[in-house]
Amino acid sequence: MQPADVELGLLLDAIYRAYHYDFRAYAEASLRRRIQTALGHFQCPTISRLQERILREPAVFGELLRFLTVQVSDMFRDSIYFRALRDIAVPYLTTYASLKVWVAGCATGEEAYSLAILLHEAGLLERTQIYATDINPESLRTARAGIYDASRCARFGESYLAAGGRASLADYYTVAYDAAVMDRRLKQAIVFSDHSLATDSVFSEVQLVSCRNVLIYFQKELQDRALGLLADSLSRRGFLGLGTKESLRFSPLAATFTECAPDARLYRKL
Amino acid sequence: MHRIDLIVIGGSAGALEVLLELMPQLPAELLAPIAIVLHQKPTQPSLVPQLLARACSRAVREPEDKEPLARGTVYVAPPNYHMLIERGGTIALSVDEPVHFSRPSIDVLFESAADALGRGVVGLVLSGSNPDGAEGLHRIAAAGGVALVQAPATAAHAVMPEAAARRVGALAHAQAHALAPREVAPFLSRLAGQEPLPSPLT
Repeated sequence: MQPADVELGLLLDAIYRAYHYDFRAYAEASLRRRIQTALGHFQCPTISRLQERILREPAVFGELLRFLTVQVSDMFRDSIYFRALRDIAVPYLTTYASLKVWVAGCATGEEAYSLAILLHEAGLLERTQIYATDINPESLRTARAGIYDASRCARFGESYLAAGGRASLADYYTVAYDAAVMDRRLKQAIVFSDHSLATDSVFSEVQLVSCRNVLIYFQKELQDRALGLLADSLSRRGFLGLGTKESLRFSPLAATFTECAPDARLYRKL
Repeated sequence: MHRIDLIVIGGSAGALEVLLELMPQLPAELLAPIAIVLHQKPTQPSLVPQLLARACSRAVREPEDKEPLARGTVYVAPPNYHMLIERGGTIALSVDEPVHFSRPSIDVLFESAADALGRGVVGLVLSGSNPDGAEGLHRIAAAGGVALVQAPATAAHAVMPEAAARRVGALAHAQAHALAPREVAPFLSRLAGQEPLPSPLT
């Protein structure tokens, strides 16, 4: 074993013991790359040096967290997914008097707002509670503020239309200087809160879980744990949305879901 | 003879044409998996896998996350995802920040491949107009792998192979070569000793 491999394991142990964030079962290749970038940022020659700093200086750990988690997401990423939600999930969700939706691993909130917009256009937002969770408090603050760089809005707007949007995305935010502020009605429907798929448990029964491009960061066992949580939180006949390159194919839970549309990665609990 | 566990190829503007020329020429005995990053617009679906599949007799696909590398198979990084190689010989995907304004990034694939498979990796940087891939090819060479660039004079856009050649050139004892597209297949045949090699992966 190379010294850096030993050091990486020790660093993850240290983080878990000191701060209760569990990265020990994260997929290694991208984790190693992130740590490498962090070493440059903190000007630490070795992972051991970084470990010493995060143990002695909690503020440094807060900053490191930024390197260990995804910092940016997209609105209406993958039109095929949002179209499947509109066409397949919405007609069923309409039959509920009140709805709960969980965006697991919401990063800076773009996907949660996208879902809120979709539900609004389906006439469901008033009776929906969206929970959007992440482990990074800084990302959650950004998500809660709902303020995005206005330069990203053109692309968001295109994705919104490709996803079958019924109006103009600009109807859902106001631009002040170079910032786009999401509409208050959308914000009011979303509760952003801290939750870890690695260490926490089910907190509510929901009819739709969207957890996209989160499981790719986990090793197999942690993937299974996380999928178990998502499945347990779904009500019967509830929907599960995954990233376009993620699937239930190799999961022990494959038999408890059906696939709603072939490439959309939208599944339904049996 | 050099055992080839994985061939990684990266390129941007002008690279698809080279790949379409190159893929059918690869010797059938060369069974090492091939992983490709091409810079493209982040829109699904990409036509690249179909085009490459039509050009050669290998299985070509965008991988799923955690898919094990299989012999004789060509993996094309999906638009809007980084593609990485894990040490166990599986493919990992990520939506981490773009590198050199690109997701997928060539550096991300090459660096992880070098880290996972060391000297068993052959890296090839094709035509393109940004320096993505230089750092990654350097890592492959530094890990004892083979570093190839498309001869810049033959590239529609020479910035990418030139940057890679420069970065690798700084390394003493590196196995590094600049090849015209038609020279790549014969080079790989010679490198592999024209033997059908048992790959340690699957």
